[in-house]
Amino acid sequence: MADTSLPSRTMQLRRRSKAYFVESTLGPLIFASVVGLVLFFLVLPTLIVIPMSVGTASYIQFPPRGLTLKWYLDYFTDPDWMAATWFSLKIAFATTITSTIIGTLGSIALVRGKLPGKGFIQALTLSPMVVPHIVIAVAIYLVFAPVGLTGNFTGFLIAHTMLSVPYVIITVTAVLQRFDVTLELAALNCGASRPQAFWFIVLPNIMPGVAAGAVFAFLASFDEATVAFFISGINGKTITRKMFEDIDFNLTPIIAAVSTVLVIFTLVLMGGAQFLQSRKRN
Amino acid sequence: MRIPKRRMRLFDATSVRQYSPSFSLALTAPLILLLIFSFLYPVGRLLWMSVATPDGFTAEHYLRVWNQPLYLNILWRTIQLAFVVTVASFLLAYPVAYAMTLVKNRWAAVMTACVLIPLWTSVLVRSYSWIVLLQRNGVINNLLRDSGVITDPLHMLYTEGSVMIAMTHSLLPFMILPIYSALNTIPLELAKAARNLGAGPIQAFFRVTLPLSLPGVYAGSLMTFILALGFYITPALVGGPQTLMMATLIGQQTTELLNWPFAAALSGVLLAATLLLVAIFRKTLSLNKGVQFG
Repeated sequence: MADTSLPSRTMQLRRRSKAYFVESTLGPLIFASVVGLVLFFLVLPTLIVIPMSVGTASYIQFPPRGLTLKWYLDYFTDPDWMAATWFSLKIAFATTITSTIIGTLGSIALVRGKLPGKGFIQALTLSPMVVPHIVIAVAIYLVFAPVGLTGNFTGFLIAHTMLSVPYVIITVTAVLQRFDVTLELAALNCGASRPQAFWFIVLPNIMPGVAAGAVFAFLASFDEATVAFFISGINGKTITRKMFEDIDFNLTPIIAAVSTVLVIFTLVLMGGAQFLQSRKRN
Repeated sequence: MRIPKRRMRLFDATSVRQYSPSFSLALTAPLILLLIFSFLYPVGRLLWMSVATPDGFTAEHYLRVWNQPLYLNILWRTIQLAFVVTVASFLLAYPVAYAMTLVKNRWAAVMTACVLIPLWTSVLVRSYSWIVLLQRNGVINNLLRDSGVITDPLHMLYTEGSVMIAMTHSLLPFMILPIYSALNTIPLELAKAARNLGAGPIQAFFRVTLPLSLPGVYAGSLMTFILALGFYITPALVGGPQTLMMATLIGQQTTELLNWPFAAALSGVLLAATLLLVAIFRKTLSLNKGVQFG
């Protein structure tokens, strides 16, 4: 039986082979190359800055010739660049702390609280993500400038905390919704006070989400450019504003060096956040 | 049986599972105060400024937007560009999102990294990269010239095309991720069942997989569209005077011309356009749901 059916099957296959080839080989091949090209398009602008930062020419040259660390040295010794970098780092660290605390407290109330107008508060919290950033930036400048909140740490801290808090709320609400309340009830039954139960049971359980939210908040502040463009001053200038000015007026390879440093810095942080989130899932 | 009420120490808490209204309000107070001070009040103040004069109200600034073809053109161009960017993002994002559901382990990690890297690369780094790539003496022109495809460099930077490419690149992850999560929830057996019932692979995709992934497509498109409407940094750096958009126009009115009431009116128009489009999107989304999922 098998001997007689086998040749006829191969005949059939051979007859259909052209269509079969298109379906099984050519289709996936085209599909895979389209996907590959899109992925290349996605990472190319991030990676191109690395070769650009080590070329010796003082203008844009590709492929870069020579190998130098001059532009990195220029970046790390330039007082303006360093001031902008430290200013951004200081703001981002402070923003991380404030937005993580405010966002976590808010998330607890949104998930576990009997809150009047919960829907409205939820919508309000996420609305900074819907309103065009240019509108927020201009509005903040309008209100902050007369009261001396532009070009300084406090103004940036307030504005960036508002912009980063939605990220914290999204990640913390997600872990809180998965948290098993009976664990907290068990702790209370065993004699723990409410604060104790929160500190020793709830907080460690939601910590991965809080930490991931904190990393996102840090990056959201450190990368923020539109509001920073408007509320930066001559002395209080973020690295994003400094980069904007230099790209606009003074396009030197220092920008490629700064970009490379930023890319490596963000990738390390992003890897950390991914790690925390994957731990949360397990 | 009545369960005796436990005495609570936190305000007038009524249950352990759910915090009392007063305690919840106390927890959200810093958040609400922050949002009022740095979001609601400033945006409200800006909108107020667009209609208020020292002695009453005026529609003068909105009429100026309405009456001058220049400003309506810019608004229209902004909406058009956001639309084109959204469609382009969708066409590029779908195959990637689909592929992400097919691969496993190492390849899945590589693809996720490729999608997330641009998301967290500073918008300034990306704008700079596009300048490097698209410039007269940039990477692409050099490669094309060296390979003999062109003799004169192409004019690519500071055009509508360069703004479109840079914006599509920035917004692509916002399209890929929701489509990916929507595709991920569709059981693979559904497409297999369609194949068993005689559908070809293309038919199975268009009749089963694509319709089921539409919620993700809508979510991604909405996000991309909203963000595209308000883009400021990228068009300001890679666009030229010919590619003025709403966001760059608002920036120009405030930083160069110091015409605050007019900038406020433009912001009002942009905000209204955004909210209107969100509402339309929501509406079509719910209509579609009604048709497709009963």
